[in-house]
Amino acid sequence: MKFSEKWLREIVNPSVNTEGLLNQLTMSGLEVDGTTKAYVDFDGLFVAEVKTVKKHPNADKLHICDVDCGEKDYLTIICGAPNVMPGMRTILAKVGAQLPDKPKLKSVKLKGIESHGMLCSASEIGFGENSDGIIELSKDEPVGKSLKDILDIDDNIVEVSLTPNRGDCLSIYGIAREVATANKIDTKNFKIESTEITTKKTRAVKILAKSECPRYLCRIIENIDNSVKSPLWLSEKLRCSGLRSVNVVVDVVNFVMLELGQPLHAFDNDRLNGGIEIRFPTKGEKLKLLDETEVKINPGTLLIADESGPLAMAGLMGGFDSAVTNKTDNILLESAFFKPEAILGQARQYGLNTDSSHRFERGVDPEIQGIAMERATQLILEICGGQVGPIAEKKNKKTVPKNQEILLRKSQINRILGVDLNEKFIDDVFVKLGMVCKRTGDNWVITPPSYRFDINIEADLIEELARIYGYDSIPSQVPTAELVIKSNQNNQLKVNKLREILINRDYQEVITYSFVDPNIHRLLNKDDVSLSLINPIAPELSEMRTSLLPGLILSLQRNVKRQRERVRFFEVGLVFSGNKMIKQDCHIGGIIYGNIYEKQWDKKDLSSDFYDIKCDVEVLLSGIVEDDRVKLVKGDNEALHPGQRTDIYIDDIKTGYFGQLHPNICSNLEFVKNVFVFDFNIESLVGKKAIKYKKISKFPTIRRDISIVVDSTIKFEAVLESIKKDAPDLLVDLELFDLYRGEGIEKGQKSLALGLTFQSICNTLKDEDVDNNMHIVIKGLSDRLNARLRE
Amino acid sequence: MEEIKKLKTQALSEINSASDLRQLEQIRVDYLGKKGRLTEKLKILGKLPTEERPKAGQIINDVKTKIQDAIELRKKTFEDKKLEDIIEKGHIDVSLPGRGIERAGLHPITLITQRIESLFQQIGFEIVDGPEVEDEYHNFEALNIPKYHPARAMHDTFYFEDGRLLRTHTSSVQIRVMQNDSPPFRFIAPGRVYRCDSDMTHTPMFHQVEGLVVDELVTFSELKGLLINFLEIFFEKELKTRFRPSYFPFTEPSAEVDIEGKHGWLEILGCGMVHPNVLKNVGIDPEKYTGLAFGMGVERLAMLYYGVDDLRLFFDNDLQFLNQFQ
Repeated sequence: MKFSEKWLREIVNPSVNTEGLLNQLTMSGLEVDGTTKAYVDFDGLFVAEVKTVKKHPNADKLHICDVDCGEKDYLTIICGAPNVMPGMRTILAKVGAQLPDKPKLKSVKLKGIESHGMLCSASEIGFGENSDGIIELSKDEPVGKSLKDILDIDDNIVEVSLTPNRGDCLSIYGIAREVATANKIDTKNFKIESTEITTKKTRAVKILAKSECPRYLCRIIENIDNSVKSPLWLSEKLRCSGLRSVNVVVDVVNFVMLELGQPLHAFDNDRLNGGIEIRFPTKGEKLKLLDETEVKINPGTLLIADESGPLAMAGLMGGFDSAVTNKTDNILLESAFFKPEAILGQARQYGLNTDSSHRFERGVDPEIQGIAMERATQLILEICGGQVGPIAEKKNKKTVPKNQEILLRKSQINRILGVDLNEKFIDDVFVKLGMVCKRTGDNWVITPPSYRFDINIEADLIEELARIYGYDSIPSQVPTAELVIKSNQNNQLKVNKLREILINRDYQEVITYSFVDPNIHRLLNKDDVSLSLINPIAPELSEMRTSLLPGLILSLQRNVKRQRERVRFFEVGLVFSGNKMIKQDCHIGGIIYGNIYEKQWDKKDLSSDFYDIKCDVEVLLSGIVEDDRVKLVKGDNEALHPGQRTDIYIDDIKTGYFGQLHPNICSNLEFVKNVFVFDFNIESLVGKKAIKYKKISKFPTIRRDISIVVDSTIKFEAVLESIKKDAPDLLVDLELFDLYRGEGIEKGQKSLALGLTFQSICNTLKDEDVDNNMHIVIKGLSDRLNARLRE
Repeated sequence: MEEIKKLKTQALSEINSASDLRQLEQIRVDYLGKKGRLTEKLKILGKLPTEERPKAGQIINDVKTKIQDAIELRKKTFEDKKLEDIIEKGHIDVSLPGRGIERAGLHPITLITQRIESLFQQIGFEIVDGPEVEDEYHNFEALNIPKYHPARAMHDTFYFEDGRLLRTHTSSVQIRVMQNDSPPFRFIAPGRVYRCDSDMTHTPMFHQVEGLVVDELVTFSELKGLLINFLEIFFEKELKTRFRPSYFPFTEPSAEVDIEGKHGWLEILGCGMVHPNVLKNVGIDPEKYTGLAFGMGVERLAMLYYGVDDLRLFFDNDLQFLNQFQ
């Protein structure tokens, strides 16, 4: 809600300055979003009347005008505006005038003829954007009067950001009520007497949707002159509230809405046919809206219709065909109450949010329709003249909302707020807020005023008390509670431990959007089923990620583009699988690119490879599960290199994978180095069991190194298994310390150098024992894997 | 005895001119070894008259000690020299960079979240989480936001075809936790939330921390005390705070908390007393229990805490930005 400070002060004028006033608004819950000066500083502007308009002899588009500005002689002004006409009143900047952001105005020769001033467009004097032509004023503005005497150029435009519960403050009167309460003063008494009826013409009203439209008023006003211009006081108030001046009737309707909060509508009465009906649409009904788009009316949208069909969508927007223009002579003015429930969500279905729907959705005072009707009638009469018909009113007493009595128990005030409030204060607040207030013992029975839709239960009353008492005046007190130690086996600890491991291994954490580009999903895993948003912010942010890879890859890409040669990232977050039964599991994933280390002064640059990420994954896993629960098997993820991928199983359940990103995908994404990734589910990992100590041996160890030659295709895993099978108890450590192919080793073969460490828990081993073991181990390797000792 | 004196002078001179440990050892053997020249002298001691023996023995032993001492001293000189040489050779440029893998950092949003978590954990708050794909009930209805309620316009919601949605706030976790347990409650729920909004000051995904206390004697006064305490510790300074009336459908009374910054008041979090309807929705008797709830935007806190001036940096994941939060 935007409004002029001066307008507010016309209704309630507390003795606080602007800053104080704004602060009061904010602290009573009407948050001031900002203020701007209503006028850029100007001087030397006057109301003037154009007397004659002649074509400039030397320029097609210029006119020579005689202008009356209340002085003895007319001034000669050259004007290029297309709309300049004899008889129009406009704003003249005299020589010496100060226009916003311009040097002082001088008289200038335009194509040989001297201009003694300038006729102004709205934008030139800071009255808005319009620069299509010179400003046209109402004939009622007095010629020769300084604009500074008509307008208060010190005025401010205040913008208040209202919460949805405070529909009652969507009007200058609503705001004024709050200011009055905060200052313990009254608003200007607003009395409107009924207008004298000067024509009998009327239209019948029939409400078919009785519960949605409890009250409907309309009246005919005949023979108006809507071609006149709205007076400055009116158009300026609208401008300060962010509305454009359209024509007098529309301006008045908007003004009354801003003043009293009641949205009105005016129809061109000559375009109507028969009585008015308030009803729901029949099948297939359409309406051409004010913006000339035709819409199909949804079944839930309440209509205002005549005998020929729909005229307006109730509380949302009027129709084009019955709209009032400056040529309209006769109008039908509508002032109705529609229930919030009937309007809620309707405007949005058409992509609309009108000033009217905004108010009806939040609740308009159901008792103000008559007053608003009279107010608008009087203003129209004042400006456009005309004959006024009687008000046709249909009301359904049963469905007009009536605020119920609410019981407020004194004990509850302290129970919720933690402070005792003075009873006199409580009485005063309720009276000031327009509530009917009865005392019964320690309790109050309160009936809120008709405009307060937001007060329904005891807690709402307590909030009102706190609000007026001032949240800042309520003492603060630290909470007290029982000291209970609770189990700290939460997910957070587990996840933070993994994070700590990874940053210590030089993985930087990233946070990426949970919705990703469908193209990258297709690229990574053609068959993955993913969940799509129906209203994504952009097509490349439309699918819920099925793994952490898309975000990691995108982050890598961005950094590579910024000349990073080595990148290591990880992320923790939910990933989403399936589209019906959505599984939302917490995953951890990483990506590495470039060298193992940052470039160092005495290390060779080694590119990261599969074994680097494997170690990282192993360390991570050992941080949360026991080694013997983990199985790493040849993987099948199609996003990974078929020869460098591994699946991770925990307790025999597949939980993730790691490996090299498929070279095809890599080149698709224009990475010039190999990319390695991991991603696994940490949702259901319960963490490690309590550690049980194993006895350590006091006896010395014996180490034997062997070098074996096997076929290149033999996996290390097989060697390991064979050795473990043959030397079960005494073998305490097995180390692969070299892997060699090349000179001295036949093609298709490889040499593995292994260190075996033996130790007994109960005695000192003898060489013979170890030799026996080694013999069995070597025989096993030879039998199973055709391995031979390297000479 | 003159001979012994000569022997001594000769030995000492040889010791002093010895150039390494090997030569020194040779000298030791020459004089003090089993067949050493001084040892030989000891052997002839028995040939002296009885009364001269003690004196001569004394002299020979003195000389022996002198030579031994001289050898030890010389040896020490050599060892010192050797050590000095080792040290001399060991001088390196200690200003060269250290070697090995470095340590990366956590994302600033994680750091701020952890900071908030640790502060609330100190006073016994649990940390809970919930799903990000939510249903209307948990995200809206149970929180007293019926369909078409104007408050929904405050949340530009991402929807899926089946009517589910991405949670617009972590308040949905409140409902899930309260449904599954009974009071008293004291927890915070950090996490990602989503709104269909993207410009200079909005990202479609951001982070919130929701907090809830439900117990028999929880008051607005305590809500104030708790949050002022939190903010002052979080920002590590005394702050000017103000609580001003606001509106959330799930709290009544509701408040916004502002802190005073360099350029006026800054909105920092929303809070209030849990709305009786919310308590009823999860089967808690509002006549017996009251609750306080609060919610804060992690990005906002992070921007203030670190002085970051562009929200979008958090999701750009540029290393130049991230590296600053080690």
